[in-house]
Amino acid sequence: MSTAAKPINHRAWWLVLPVVLCVAFSSILPLMTVVNYAVQDIISPDRRVFVGTEWFTEALRDTDLHEALWRQIKFSFWVLAIEIPLGIGLSLCMPSKGWKSSATLVIVALSLLIPWNVVGTIWQIFGRSDIGLLGASLAYLGIDYSYAGNANDAWLTVLVMDIWHWTPLVALLAFAGLQSIPDAYYQAAQIDGASRWAVFRYIELPKMRGVLVIAVLLRLMDSFMIYTEPFVLTGGGPGNSTTFLSQYLTQKAVGQFDLGPAAAFSLIYFLIILLLCFVLYNWMQSSRTTHEEPAHGA
Amino acid sequence: MAKIELKLAHSYKPNPQVDADYALQPLDMTFDDGGAYALLGPSGCGKSTMLNVISGLVEPSEGHVLFDGQDVTGLTPQARNIAQVFQFPVIYDTMTVGQNLAFPLRNRGVEKSLITERVNVISEMLGLSSQLDQRAEGLSADAKQKISLGRGLVRDDVSAILFDEPLTVIDPHLKWQLRRKLKEIHHELKLTLIYVTHDQIEALTFADRVVVMSHGKAVQVGTPQELFELPAHTFVGHFIGSPGMNFLPIVVHDSTRIDVLGQTLQWHDTQSKTHATLPAGELTLGIRPEYLSITKQGASNTLSVQIKKIQDLGTYFLVGATIGSHHLKLRLAVDEVLPEVGQTVGLNVINSRTCFYKNEVLVA
Amino acid sequence: MGLELKQISTKVGGHTHLYPLSLSPRTNELTVLLGATLAGKTSLMRVMAGLDSPSSGTVWVDGVDVTGQSVRHRNVAMVYQQFINYPSMTVYDNIASPLRLKGELSENDLDKRVRNIAERLHIDTYLSRLPAELSGGQQQRVALARALVKNAPLTLLDEPLVNLDYKLREELRDELTQLFEAGESTIIYATTEPSEALILGGYTAVLAQGKLLQYGPTREVFHRPINLAVAKAFSDPPLNVIDGQNTAEGILLAAGITLDIKLPAAQLTKDALVTVGLRANAFTLQKTPGSLKLNAEVALTEISGSDTFVHVSTPLGSMVAQVPGVHVIELGARLPIYLQPSLAYVFDQNQILMHAPHDFSTQSFEAVWG
Repeated sequence: MSTAAKPINHRAWWLVLPVVLCVAFSSILPLMTVVNYAVQDIISPDRRVFVGTEWFTEALRDTDLHEALWRQIKFSFWVLAIEIPLGIGLSLCMPSKGWKSSATLVIVALSLLIPWNVVGTIWQIFGRSDIGLLGASLAYLGIDYSYAGNANDAWLTVLVMDIWHWTPLVALLAFAGLQSIPDAYYQAAQIDGASRWAVFRYIELPKMRGVLVIAVLLRLMDSFMIYTEPFVLTGGGPGNSTTFLSQYLTQKAVGQFDLGPAAAFSLIYFLIILLLCFVLYNWMQSSRTTHEEPAHGA
Repeated sequence: MAKIELKLAHSYKPNPQVDADYALQPLDMTFDDGGAYALLGPSGCGKSTMLNVISGLVEPSEGHVLFDGQDVTGLTPQARNIAQVFQFPVIYDTMTVGQNLAFPLRNRGVEKSLITERVNVISEMLGLSSQLDQRAEGLSADAKQKISLGRGLVRDDVSAILFDEPLTVIDPHLKWQLRRKLKEIHHELKLTLIYVTHDQIEALTFADRVVVMSHGKAVQVGTPQELFELPAHTFVGHFIGSPGMNFLPIVVHDSTRIDVLGQTLQWHDTQSKTHATLPAGELTLGIRPEYLSITKQGASNTLSVQIKKIQDLGTYFLVGATIGSHHLKLRLAVDEVLPEVGQTVGLNVINSRTCFYKNEVLVA
Repeated sequence: MGLELKQISTKVGGHTHLYPLSLSPRTNELTVLLGATLAGKTSLMRVMAGLDSPSSGTVWVDGVDVTGQSVRHRNVAMVYQQFINYPSMTVYDNIASPLRLKGELSENDLDKRVRNIAERLHIDTYLSRLPAELSGGQQQRVALARALVKNAPLTLLDEPLVNLDYKLREELRDELTQLFEAGESTIIYATTEPSEALILGGYTAVLAQGKLLQYGPTREVFHRPINLAVAKAFSDPPLNVIDGQNTAEGILLAAGITLDIKLPAAQLTKDALVTVGLRANAFTLQKTPGSLKLNAEVALTEISGSDTFVHVSTPLGSMVAQVPGVHVIELGARLPIYLQPSLAYVFDQNQILMHAPHDFSTQSFEAVWG
């Protein structure tokens, strides 16, 4: 397919200008402000000292930060490890044609439509042993469960809440991937005598590769930035057992008003996510070009 | 290797009344063990439906499918032990060529050394033995189709191999190589092969016998020679041959006098291949462009036509002539004398190759 | 449209899709672009239409340089392989759309034009249907109607019949030849099949691997290819190629066979190596005057409806013979085939044509070298 340069039309730039100005105003300038804060110590509004990279080194040495980072990595790992296989499994069970298919899609997508703080609130009430269905049932069964008091219970609850909330996204993406597989592959596999597992392993999984990379990318980034749901559910507690990175950052900036270190760390945080995106995106692009068929009729 | 018999009809409507309601009109067909057959016809004629009925992907609404005398109508493709090659290559991307070929045998629990041996034999036959360790997904379309075919051939108990327009995505200059390969394989392995296509070259080259289909009906089953020389139906005359048969409406008065668009010609029954007598009334005359020859206008028993167009097709000339509102085409070899455009000439339409049709069916 | 391409080339990423070439398709005539897949036909058509700018060179229309102009400003119609129609519009609206966009015609005139072209393409009974309800052949006719109704000075067709079954292809091709004879537009038709080029007639430009090899009247390019590459591109079935050597008695081939073709010393030195090209019809199964006998073993017979192509192996190598009629010959059969030397093409060491068969037509060719 020839993609030689199209005749250049400069008028397009003028159309983009308003958007560029808006983005500049709302994102780039504030970002610059953060950079500003990150390299200065603001003792009082009119006394500022340029400290260069001091905040950065302090942030990187902060043990509380290391712990929050470690907690975050563990959380993201478990989220991916459970949600991706679960989502794929769910998509395999979903009917592909007819009214049943549409109905299933709607039901599966319901939890995705709920605002995130409401999700947190739902689970907060759900887990209470006095008025919550889950809490009361567990108490009835004699199981000691308190997400406010027990660190492990809090972890587990936050994890299950996230899985409940976001697995449908993985399932929908995987479902779309499955729909694009031509029938002939299933027929050929049937003729070859392949078992259900072999069909999954050799046909469905390879053909879903593109959408799965998107799913992993989205879930990784989102879970790395998670804030509202755990905040509403546990407030970061008990202690700081469910204080993930973004909450740690907010505590620092808003709670303690340590703008300098907070700004410095938010830049580091931004760069980490940017790096993750970049790596995954490039991997996605390279795996896509190896799959492309040679273009027909140049 | 199996003998396949079809005694069935297929319709998507619950109560088919007329021919048009049927996707496959009632038929009774036998495919002999080890024979190579082609199902040939234009899009929508029902050839893919027939293939799917044979393979088991579609169950016919009426009737039975028999493999070696046993009723397999309710069985899946796997249970019927058939192999199928699709329009586009269907391969397992994550496996190598060798693993792809071994897959059907592994699923059936065949012993490892036997698998390796079989894979080697088949890959040698298909010309893939040097690529056994390469990943299947990076190969060209024709190599992938060979792998698809190979997966069917490795199973030595396969009952029949079915092909659904398999050369569709192959590069034109590689098609003849694959056709040759298929022919060689048939020659060596003597499997029952059934091939669906709309391309007459593929059908006539590949098959011993061709089933020509139109609108859900098997119009004629015959060897390429039979289909060319004696089409049983005007559709076959039209569909086979490049260009197809010429047709002219005629009226037969008694068994020797024929009125062709205002001109009268004589016919003797010794000229006919079937030695039948011509029924009187309105018939259609069919003659292939290859069997027409030009003489002077007014020569005995010739039809006067006007030359409209002459095209140089490199290896022969295609001449277009008109009589009234009807157009005829004829082929002339490169060393024959060419008429001139606009000239009126005599055309030998009545000769030993002329076919006569009543209501589209061959009568003489 | 008087279209002229001067030394245009296209490069994408480090790949050259078209090497510098100049081409002036004959105004208001049909030019066929013939070449294998990926030879550059589509790239060339896109430059002609203005969909792509050439990496170098200029494009001129009626004496005006239009190289940077986008296709929207040029009056061009294009038909693709893939039956492209607006899926949500009826057939009538599809055909009317280019006329409506221009906005020059009254509704009455527009209606007449649409119905006229629909009738000529035999789709007048489907005007109120959606494209999805039509068969492949009918959809392609709608696409053709939409292109032709514009009466654009330049009409481009990129292998428009390749996705149709072969009988439909034959029928549409006949209809197209009739439509093109009206002669009001420069028509460019891309195809991979030599037989299609011959049936359409007109002029042919042969492309191979991004290079323009020859441009001229179709018959001339077929009967007098300027070099071996053109002869190979313009032969179906493939050209039979045999190495030979020029001797005093003629062209000496392997197995001691000599072709009685004597070339003057000015053209070719005495022991020069040559390549002999034989099209499939140079071989016959019956003896003809002047033919040479070869013992052959049959590898495959391909039956194409009206001809049989017999692939044989002979002392001269693997050959393909084209025999009229339907003949079924067993694989591995041994039979004599006869080679007609007067149908041989001889190319020198640089693959330039030295000798071509006697031309049977009574017309003379006009030479327009590309």
